[in-house]
Amino acid sequence: MRARWSRIAAIASTVALAVGLTACSGSDDDALLIYNASHESLTKEWIEAFTTETGIQVEYRHGGDTEMGNQLIAEGAASPADVFLTENSPAMAAVERAGLFADLDSETLNQVPEQYRPPTGKWTGVAARTTVFVYNKRLRPDQLPTSMLDLQKPEWKGRWGAPPARPDFQAIMSALLQLKGDAATTQWLAGMKQNAILEDNNVSTLEAVNAGELDGGIIYHYYWYRDQAETKENSANTALHYFKNQDPGAFISVSGGGVLASSTKKDQAQQFIRFVTGRAGQEVLEKGTSFEYPVASGVPANPALPPLDSLQAPNIDPSTLNAQQVSDMMTQAGLL
Amino acid sequence: MAAPPVSHPIAPAARPARSARPGPLVAAAVTALVAATFIPLGYVVWGAISVGWGRAYELIVRPGVAELLVRTIGLVAITVPLCVVVGVGAAWLVERTDLPGRSFWRPLFVAPLAVPAFVNSYAWVGLIPNLHGLWAGVLITTLSYFPFMYLPVAATLRRLDPSVEESARALGSDTTGVFFRVVLPQLRLAILGGALLIGVHLLAEYGAFAMIRFTTFTVAIFQQFQVTFDGAAGSMLAGVLVLLCLALLIAEAAARGTGRYARIGSGAPRVATPIPLGHNTLPALLALAALAVLALGVPLWTIVRWLRIGGADVWEFDAIGTALAQTIGLASMAAIVTVVLSFPVAWVAVRSSGVLARAVEGANYITSSLPGIVTALALVTVAIHAARPLYQSVPLIVFAYVLLFMPRALVNVRAGLAQVPPSLEEASRSLGHPPSATFFRVTLRLTAPAAAAGACMVFVAVATELTATLLLAPTGTRTLSMKFWSYSSELDYAGAAPYALVLVLLAIPVTVLLFRQSHKVAAP
Repeated sequence: MRARWSRIAAIASTVALAVGLTACSGSDDDALLIYNASHESLTKEWIEAFTTETGIQVEYRHGGDTEMGNQLIAEGAASPADVFLTENSPAMAAVERAGLFADLDSETLNQVPEQYRPPTGKWTGVAARTTVFVYNKRLRPDQLPTSMLDLQKPEWKGRWGAPPARPDFQAIMSALLQLKGDAATTQWLAGMKQNAILEDNNVSTLEAVNAGELDGGIIYHYYWYRDQAETKENSANTALHYFKNQDPGAFISVSGGGVLASSTKKDQAQQFIRFVTGRAGQEVLEKGTSFEYPVASGVPANPALPPLDSLQAPNIDPSTLNAQQVSDMMTQAGLL
Repeated sequence: MAAPPVSHPIAPAARPARSARPGPLVAAAVTALVAATFIPLGYVVWGAISVGWGRAYELIVRPGVAELLVRTIGLVAITVPLCVVVGVGAAWLVERTDLPGRSFWRPLFVAPLAVPAFVNSYAWVGLIPNLHGLWAGVLITTLSYFPFMYLPVAATLRRLDPSVEESARALGSDTTGVFFRVVLPQLRLAILGGALLIGVHLLAEYGAFAMIRFTTFTVAIFQQFQVTFDGAAGSMLAGVLVLLCLALLIAEAAARGTGRYARIGSGAPRVATPIPLGHNTLPALLALAALAVLALGVPLWTIVRWLRIGGADVWEFDAIGTALAQTIGLASMAAIVTVVLSFPVAWVAVRSSGVLARAVEGANYITSSLPGIVTALALVTVAIHAARPLYQSVPLIVFAYVLLFMPRALVNVRAGLAQVPPSLEEASRSLGHPPSATFFRVTLRLTAPAAAAGACMVFVAVATELTATLLLAPTGTRTLSMKFWSYSSELDYAGAAPYALVLVLLAIPVTVLLFRQSHKVAAP
């Protein structure tokens, strides 16, 4: 009996060790290391194109904005990471506040229009998505809100939803705060508490609208386009409404990229960000399946999307969004 | 549960439970483990200190937090008793009755542990679109967590001495009477252990509530990490969960009592005669089938629906094979290490009495009540400064798994060890066997089913773990749950489905294998 157990243990540990070592040997000290919180399929396309062009080997660790951002801050100057890519700007801003980014090359910055990057030059937008109002097709066009601010009116009570705890939704609230000020934001948040069904995330909001539980919801555009391109399972009964008119609900959020100050391969890291914001990198967005908007080097959007400059987005510096104040205001309103 | 008036149902040797002194090896192992559990706990304390009283007060006593706390406590108070009923009922039917197809049912009820929480919640919302709030949370967590009760109870039932039940029967008890007066009291350790596990996991649960608009205190913690990237504030709030976990530990310790559960029979342990169910067979079968459909059928139906939509394209066999191999490697390594290390802790908990022994055991549960991101960041912070060469390596991630999942092994091994009479070990020692031989020839053989149950639970936990794996595994690691998460976070459910399916199906052969081997070891 004892022999049998030892044998099992021996086999199991050998398998485990072998697999473990394989996993270890997969990591290569000479390769550039990206902490990736952007969509994995997109980053993979970027890496493949970059390695083909430059011959530089790239590895990445993939997690969410929350995990990767907090991990970088916990690691501090000892971080093994060279590049950080995110889905939303708040994680970028948090790592910038922790003083962990190096200045980006001027060549990179020159490729990106000013409205898609912070003036500090510590990081840059690499892609963008726009806020949309997704609605169930049972609504007639004349029943749609003309501004996001309309959703605080009593007639919208219980009919719309949004994910208040998500950083990407809070970015929209930060834009509202910057455009309309404290009083209007407080009032709108109170209206939201009254009227809105609080969802967990963009996908569950889309699903609830699709299922007819809600008439509409505030999400980002590409969740809808991706579902349409894949199975339509969560979006077949829905359509998108763009607020335009510099409305807070027309806010454009940028995904960011930056080089870590602690990187030992800064040249290659700078080269990577330069590539991503360059023509070839941005064309991955135009031609791939991410449905995110290109922001740099004059590359147009995926033809399925309305052009970015037709969306009449409000002009907002991504680094000035006050996440802390918005979070406090949303807490006071009972939304968090 | 109806505790009988006789609190020491089996104490053939009328000798008080005595305190044993651990040897140097056991003492060293236990000390090292306790020290390790202070990493996450220390991180929480550090968070509380650097946040300061003023801000801490502001964060805890703010609108909505009281509501979140009440909801968390409500969830624990309702779900835990429900899991006791479902888990003990299923285990008793499968282990002690003549129910048809018992070897089919036995491993099946472990698989719900391998269903990714998000799949479960997605599946239920797909089935009942307006499923929201506390009762939705109770439903989903009961169906996900009852195996925590089922496994230790089933393992204990398998090692119960049938002669006690036979005596009760000879003295005139019917099946119901025997169950409540004889069987249930002997299951007390297993039930309490399972309840504790379920309780601490409910405190930390997050993913299962993603789709059902049910928020618990853990959500408040996540918001700190998500919105303000303020690790100190987040871990300070996790301190509230530590306090709730302490309350659970104290309640469990009080309910555990000081009874002895060991048996010294004359002759060898034997398999109990199955209790004939008679005309209750059909209802019992229906109940188990219903449980299987609710706990496994509903999520599997969703996975299969996704697979149908995805067609043949989603079966990227290379990637699935790699993910499967890495998952099996990491999970089996962690299961072995965790179960081995759980023996000294369980031994101290069972054989020594006193506050210190309880504290040693309890320290391990605290980590489980913390959200994964708190434990993972604690290890990031410590490892990158104190053990740089080990950062993001296999030993570090296995160490993280040991910290995270020790309670799962502990619950089982402790219940198993409590059934081993010290006098058998003493007999072995008096016959001249050294402690190590005694351990292998007596203790390990008698605790094998319990250790197997523990290894199963750890294996499945590692296979589905996400946060610690994302942060601490070697670069390039792609486990099944990482791939599942990556696809599903991009809304590519069809691409994610094969990984979910493999995860769920993986749990079943692992359970069968471990249980069959443990039976052979335990058999006389």
